[in-house]
Amino acid sequence: MAEFKLPTNSIVRQNGKHFAAPAGSGTTRRFKIYRYDPDSGENPRIDSFDIDIDSCGPMVLDAIIKIKSEMDSTLTFRRSCREGICGSCAMNIDGTNGLACTTAIADIEGDVTIYPLPHQPVIKDLVSDLTNFYAQYASIEPWLKSDTPAPPDRERLQSPEDRDLIDGAYECILCACCSTSCPSYWWNPDRYLGPAALLASYRWLVDSRDDATGERLDDLEDPFKLYRCHTIMNCTQACPKGLNPARAIAETKKMLVKRRL
Amino acid sequence: MAWNDKRPLSPHLQHYKLPFTAYLSVAHRATGIVNSAAIVLLVLLIASAAGSPESYEFMSGIATSWFGKLVLFGFTVTLYYHLANGIRHLFWDLGHGFELDSARKSGNVVLVAAGALSIITWIVAAAA
Repeated sequence: MAEFKLPTNSIVRQNGKHFAAPAGSGTTRRFKIYRYDPDSGENPRIDSFDIDIDSCGPMVLDAIIKIKSEMDSTLTFRRSCREGICGSCAMNIDGTNGLACTTAIADIEGDVTIYPLPHQPVIKDLVSDLTNFYAQYASIEPWLKSDTPAPPDRERLQSPEDRDLIDGAYECILCACCSTSCPSYWWNPDRYLGPAALLASYRWLVDSRDDATGERLDDLEDPFKLYRCHTIMNCTQACPKGLNPARAIAETKKMLVKRRL
Repeated sequence: MAWNDKRPLSPHLQHYKLPFTAYLSVAHRATGIVNSAAIVLLVLLIASAAGSPESYEFMSGIATSWFGKLVLFGFTVTLYYHLANGIRHLFWDLGHGFELDSARKSGNVVLVAAGALSIITWIVAAAA
């Protein structure tokens, strides 16, 4: 059964610490950031930081790196490539999931709120535990399964039309923005695979070189794994790569119907 | 699912800015529940007609009071919304309308259709 309320140890205190902008700052913007310190045992809180935006890069990631280096070095978050390809800095920005490195501060009105990815166990501050998410990705067996050995002298070839089928499915960077934006995934994280794993599954289902389509579909034919998708479309709106997991899930459902006809 | 983790669960419904399509999805679920409740009322009305003239008079008296009409209008709206959005789901099931722009537009069509069909139904019912 869906649990709409937060557990008591997870309720967020809105009045955390405030960090004023340093003297001599130009234009400032207020960042309200979710903080959780596993060592204190206290409930999560919201800290606010006034940032001198004139001496800050344009993206949300620039701002939180600035906070970490100039205002509070204990602020904890994941980041790596700073150009939208690694998926590390996925977080909830201004109420919506996205990558901090590709979200411009100027596109956000008012105070900038930053929370960890929704409905995940929080390790510290903006770092959540994605063990379940990765396990679900592993469970769809994201590798080529072929009955025939690869040709000794060249790659396994595809027609351009067959290659086109995996466009929009292979580009996923596994940032978890989609799955953690999905209410169905919030209510059934242990049984529903979520949009990211299902998009990855679709990528192999439509691959002309893969021979395990039947077994892959068998594995998805379950009341929860696939069919908890109710086309809420949060996934597609959250995807920072502009992919459409909702469509991939619908196409997978169609494949399951078609093979029964 | 009880939360047995010492670590906090990050905020979800409390904080997420749900997009338009998500609200329509919630409304689809809610109208489905309301429609199920409405069927009970319909059964009561039919059963009262099968009972006796007095019992039917009593039930139709309730249904045609201003409050009864208000409730019935509400049921008309939820029925048409669920119907129209159900058709939207059928298009999705065929693989159409997954672009964000189309999903928003089809959502608006559903809202307008539910409102318009409800009003037309009541105008027709009042004229009859």
